[in-house]
Parts: sequence; structure tokens; C-alpha cells
Amino acid sequence: MRRRSAAILILLVTVFLLFLAMTAFAVASTETPSTIAAVASADVAWWVWPLVLFTVTFLMGILAILGRVGVGLLFVPIIACFFPFHLDFVRCAGLLVALAGALAAVPGMLKIGMADLRLALPAAVIASACAIVGTMIGLALPPDVLQTALGATVLAIVGIMLMTKKKGHPKVIRPDALSFALRINGIYYKTFTGQEMSWQIHRTPQGLAAFILVGIMTGMFGLGSGWGNVSVFNLIMGAPLKISVATGKLLLTITDSSAAWIYINNGALMPMIVVPSIIGTILGSIAGVKIMTKTQPAAARYIVILILLFVGMKSLLNGLSIWN
Amino acid sequence: MNKKLIATEEQLAYGNILRTGVSAGFIMLLVSFIIYLTGILTPQVPVNDLSKYWGMPAKDYIAKTGVHVGWHWLQMIGKGDFINFAGVAILAGVTILCCIRIIPAFFRKKDTIYGLLAIVEVIILTLAASGILGTGGY
Repeated sequence: MRRRSAAILILLVTVFLLFLAMTAFAVASTETPSTIAAVASADVAWWVWPLVLFTVTFLMGILAILGRVGVGLLFVPIIACFFPFHLDFVRCAGLLVALAGALAAVPGMLKIGMADLRLALPAAVIASACAIVGTMIGLALPPDVLQTALGATVLAIVGIMLMTKKKGHPKVIRPDALSFALRINGIYYKTFTGQEMSWQIHRTPQGLAAFILVGIMTGMFGLGSGWGNVSVFNLIMGAPLKISVATGKLLLTITDSSAAWIYINNGALMPMIVVPSIIGTILGSIAGVKIMTKTQPAAARYIVILILLFVGMKSLLNGLSIWN
Repeated sequence: MNKKLIATEEQLAYGNILRTGVSAGFIMLLVSFIIYLTGILTPQVPVNDLSKYWGMPAKDYIAKTGVHVGWHWLQMIGKGDFINFAGVAILAGVTILCCIRIIPAFFRKKDTIYGLLAIVEVIILTLAASGILGTGGY
């Protein structure tokens, strides 16, 4: 079983890296995004990039499931690093990719009570308003500043992933006054034992304040917001991990919608980039879930972290004009 | 303490609208993209020219192609590329309908705070979708 999971993982990563290497090679002789576009226009048929994009996003969808990260977190840094598309189009596509993935999952999670509307709604009001602000900041910033900030943000997220460990059922001795007043609490059932687990949250004001930052960064970089939502719900507010993941996806559908609309209304929606990416990641996620039911390679998460480290560093150095 | 054993009425209502909207959005997106790829409808920006534009900032792309921003895409829905906006708009807009749907349920239960929160969320999302909010633009 272990040998099989290792073989699947090696195969996936090899194909993924091969495609990234191909795209990197194709743009290696260029210096700026506009010249990349010019070269791509002159040398490559129009359908090549969308086809490569579809393949890369398909593999990204599988890797995101196996590595237990949101595909929105992988999309923007990787596509911005290796494809000739401008960050405006990439961020809009990143938000829509994350949105589409979450939208497909949330109805089922709401039905079984795993995604909690009472937990999501106060956070949604703050995060979606701040995502609009973040988007407006992101569209107004010069590309090199944005690229530098994106790289720094991705590296910071990697730091959080490495340094923090999410808790299955954090101990919350008593709810804070705000969560008590808002009646944010509930019950869920453990998957295998069926044991009833009640939950409540604490540090609600601090958690809601953290969503200001999550919202702004979501809008600015188009990273999706799953990475931030789950961390805030679980690590700050003490919600159980299952509730945090499901409610984080519900919150993502609201936050990303508000940010995506601003990009769409500013002309950053290019269907030839967005649609292959959405179809690729959704098919990849379905394949990833199928692989995960048979085997879960433990190394997948470390590979995701390594890829994020690389693209975060490249984005940072790119923005600082050190590594073009 | 008030605990929930199953999904609440609002959650089920929210989830049902979301499921319908998402299905409609995905179907629309797939159909419109096939129309775009097959060239059944002529696109506003020819696919052969796309690679000239996708490396530019959105502002330059708009200026060079003569594409209008905001909801002007509705006037160009007959074009192969702009028909794709319909599916995206459904996916990005369905959350507004979900939030509108749960407002009466909250007020019926005298859950005024959550009713108001849902109203504020509808206002935020509608404002974002309206196209009123411009940007400084780099």
C-alpha cells in the first residue's frame, strides 16, 4: 500500500513539475510580462496555453486534495510564476477557481449541519467588505509591489502551515460574551464512532478582527480564503476542525464572490483563462478524492509546502527584480 | 444552551438555493465554453489575438480591445466570449440569492441580529456586483 501511494505521488509530482518546467522553458528568454505575451503570441498557437493551463490545474486539483490545502492557495502563485498571463487575469481566475470548488461542496455540508451559518455570517460581513477593499488596493498597486507582497504572503502562509498544528476538537472552557449572545454553538457527530460532540467558541472579537486581514488579502491576491478561514475558526476561535473546514468553505463562497465581482467589473475576466482552470481543478479534485479513498501519501503535504516555498520565493524575488 | 442537532431551516434553505444555482452555473459555463471554442458565435476578441492581450493589465486590455466594463457584457451576450460571463455571473451571484432567502426565516424566528447581518451581507454583495465601485487603477 505504501509503495503504491509513493508511486502515485511520484508520478503526479513528476508530471506536474514537467508541465511547470515546460512553461518555464517557454518563457525563459523573456523579461517582462508584456514581452512574454508578445513571444507567446508570435511563437505558440493560441490554444497551447489554455491546454497547458487545463493540464496544470487538473494536477493542481489532485495535489491540493492530497496535500489538504485549498486549490485557491496554489493557483495564483503557480500560474503567476509560470504562465504569461497578467496578475489581474490570474487573480480573477484564482478567486473563481476557489469559488467554484467551494460552491460544489458547500450545499452538502450545509445539509448535514457541518457548515454552520451562525458561525459564518458575522465573519462573512467583515471578510466580504474587506475583500472589496483588498481588491481595490490590489488593482491600484504597481505589479512589482504586488508581486513582492504576494511572495511575502505565500511565504508567511507556508510559515503558518509549518509552525501551527490544527486541533481536531480544541478545548473551549466557556464561550465569550459575544459568541454566547450570538448563540454560536452546535453539535456534530464523529465519523466512525457516531459519538455526539458539542462545540462552542471563544475569542470571537479577536477572530472577527482577524477576518479583516483575511478579507483584504483574499481580495488583494486572489488567493481564495480557505487558508485563513480555517486557521481563524480553529486556532483563534476554537471551533472543531471539521466545523472549521466546512464553515471555512461556506465563508469562502461569500468572501470570494464579493472580491470576484470587483475583478469582473474591472475587465479582468478572461474566459479562455477562467473556464479551463475551473474545469481542470474540479476534475482534478474529483480524481484527488478518488485517489485519497484508496491511499493518502503523507508526503503530499510536504510537496505542496515545497512548491509554495519555491513559487513564494520566486514571486518575491521577481517583484524585487532580483530573479526575472 | 441552545444546541443544534440537525441543520437549521435557514441552512437547508440556503443550501437548496445554492445547489440549484451552482448546477445552473456549471451547466451554463460548460455549454457557453463549448460555443466559444467551436466558434458557433463570433467572439468580440478573436481567439487568435488573445495571446496579445493576456499579458497586459486589465485596464490596457479594455482600452485596446474596446471591451466595456461592468454589466455591459449583457449587451454583448451574443458574442462567443461574452456568453461565458453568464455562467460566471450565476456562480458569483447565487450567494446573494441565498442571503436574501434566509432573511425572512431569521426574522420569523425573531433572530433580529442575524436577520440584520443577512441584510448587510446582501447590501455588500450587491454593491460589489453592481459595478458602482471603481478602482484607482494602476
